[in-house]
Amino acid sequence: MATLDRSDVARLAALARIDMTDDDLDRLSRQLSAIVEAVAQVAQVAGDDVPATSHPIPMANVYRPDEVRPSLSQAEALSGAPVTEDGRFRVPQILGEEA
Amino acid sequence: MADLTRLSARALADALASGETTSVAVTQAALDRIAAVDGAVHAFLYVNGVDALEAAASVDKDRAAGKNLPALAGVPIAVKDVLVTKGLPTTAGSRILEGWVPPYDATVTRRIRDVRMPILGKTNMDEFAMGSSTEHSGYGPTHNPWDLDRIPGGSGGGSAASLASWEAPLAIGSDTGGSIRQPAAVTGTVGVKPTYGGVSRYGVIALASSLDQLGPCARTVEDTALLHAVMAGHDPMDATSLDEPVPPVVEAARRGREDGLAGVKVGVITELGGEGFQAGVSQRFAEALDHLRSAGAEIVEVSCPSFAYALAAYYVILPSEASSNLAKYDAVRFGLRVDDGDTTIERVMAATRARGFGDEVKRRIILGTYALSAGYYDAYYGSAQKVRTLVQRDFAAAFAGADVLVSPTCPTTAFKLGEQVDDPLTMYLNDVATIPANLAGIPGMSLPAGLAPEDGLPVGFQILAPARGDDRLYRVGAALEAALDAARGGTLLASAPELATSSKVTAPSRGPVSK
Repeated sequence: MATLDRSDVARLAALARIDMTDDDLDRLSRQLSAIVEAVAQVAQVAGDDVPATSHPIPMANVYRPDEVRPSLSQAEALSGAPVTEDGRFRVPQILGEEA
Repeated sequence: MADLTRLSARALADALASGETTSVAVTQAALDRIAAVDGAVHAFLYVNGVDALEAAASVDKDRAAGKNLPALAGVPIAVKDVLVTKGLPTTAGSRILEGWVPPYDATVTRRIRDVRMPILGKTNMDEFAMGSSTEHSGYGPTHNPWDLDRIPGGSGGGSAASLASWEAPLAIGSDTGGSIRQPAAVTGTVGVKPTYGGVSRYGVIALASSLDQLGPCARTVEDTALLHAVMAGHDPMDATSLDEPVPPVVEAARRGREDGLAGVKVGVITELGGEGFQAGVSQRFAEALDHLRSAGAEIVEVSCPSFAYALAAYYVILPSEASSNLAKYDAVRFGLRVDDGDTTIERVMAATRARGFGDEVKRRIILGTYALSAGYYDAYYGSAQKVRTLVQRDFAAAFAGADVLVSPTCPTTAFKLGEQVDDPLTMYLNDVATIPANLAGIPGMSLPAGLAPEDGLPVGFQILAPARGDDRLYRVGAALEAALDAARGGTLLASAPELATSSKVTAPSRGPVSK
């Protein structure tokens, strides 16, 4: 399992929504195979008796009161958007022609 | 009065309080220095001259009116571009955020403004803090002030270089696997990664949420403590923020400097030394241990066998969390949108992320997507989290027999720009000694140990303490710094080579430093 070929990288890049050129796929599959090979050793270290740690400092759920308080205005929230329309984020078409 | 750019933050604060100088004079001196040397160093992505001088003038006015001011009021600071700053461009070193001006402040930005510190500008970094050299910045690398052909460390190379080139007395960094400590080590400066949760991350552009921590960067241990005290403390806006008192870091630095280390047990981590560490690094580390011994500390040897797998676990956990965090760059709410007349949002997203992200970011997103994908999750992410437990257990056992643990911060001194940029695995090894602290959530400091005889470049000494024991770093760090400075007859940074200065001093400007 510890190698990634061009088609693996192409599939993962599509999942991650990043276009890749042929050169990108060649370079990344070579580099990522070396990296995956190096990190795969994590699977050989700890047995089933070792619990997983997801968070370095154990904490219980953290809540705050559900109260209305000042926040960004609509104009501020939209200020960084590439395209807006009628006070909203303008999103390109979501479904393709065939849908 | 002495050259204002050479003074410590403590000395500047004292001179401001006594009326010996003004914040406008101090801030202008820093901006002039930036104008003179940053064309060569490139520590800053954005210089905030007009606003910084306005903030300085308002501090001077209030001081003249006899108002009570915070200790660091009027002392200027450089801020890593990973912190969101209202009204100032924020990119995290990425082209995908080029030109973005945030509509709000990070909590730490707010705290800096609340104590009236003029913000000099935003410092360069590896894109989204992924790297050990700043070569992965979307805006070109920062150069090490000790040797402009060498890396300043990363990801916070801009913050460290701004200190080492006398552009700023204080800076803010972020540390996910060593991004404060490794740049401090290779530039002869001081940097601290606090306990996980010790400093708010609200408004900090996320890399890996279970590892990221903001921290102070400075030229002396005491200055680092003063900034730590300003930054740290509970923030209800960050659910991972510790709701506990800030450890007494400033008092601990004073104690270490004045009272030595009698009764302190210092554990040397066997696995973080020896083979693979440059000779001059090991030599200066051993000499530093002698100084600690002379200051009264007892030196013991400790073993942390699972550290051998820490790097592998880190390079599973970090890319996994990063691939999820970076999904927010979707070409809709902020940042770049590449729309070549594509039909659907999916096509626009894929084209935008292809152009906006650099190579290292793409590598780590793909790696994380792989590690989290169906059928591989248990083998990679699940296993890495178990290794994390083993690393924590090793630390717990080591701290049972020692108050602090120590190692060299990095295996080598600063390498040359371009030397490792095409070899990601080799680059990753730079963080072998700093990563375990992030996996365990414990605090760590790097401070200068001297120059490696073979290349004349700074060596970093790392101190680690148990979670919530940040004050121990400052006590031991200040004692070591005092001993080294006494033996040397001054600070290490004072012996750094002079940078050539550009004669053109420009009017205070807003915007990128022209190259």
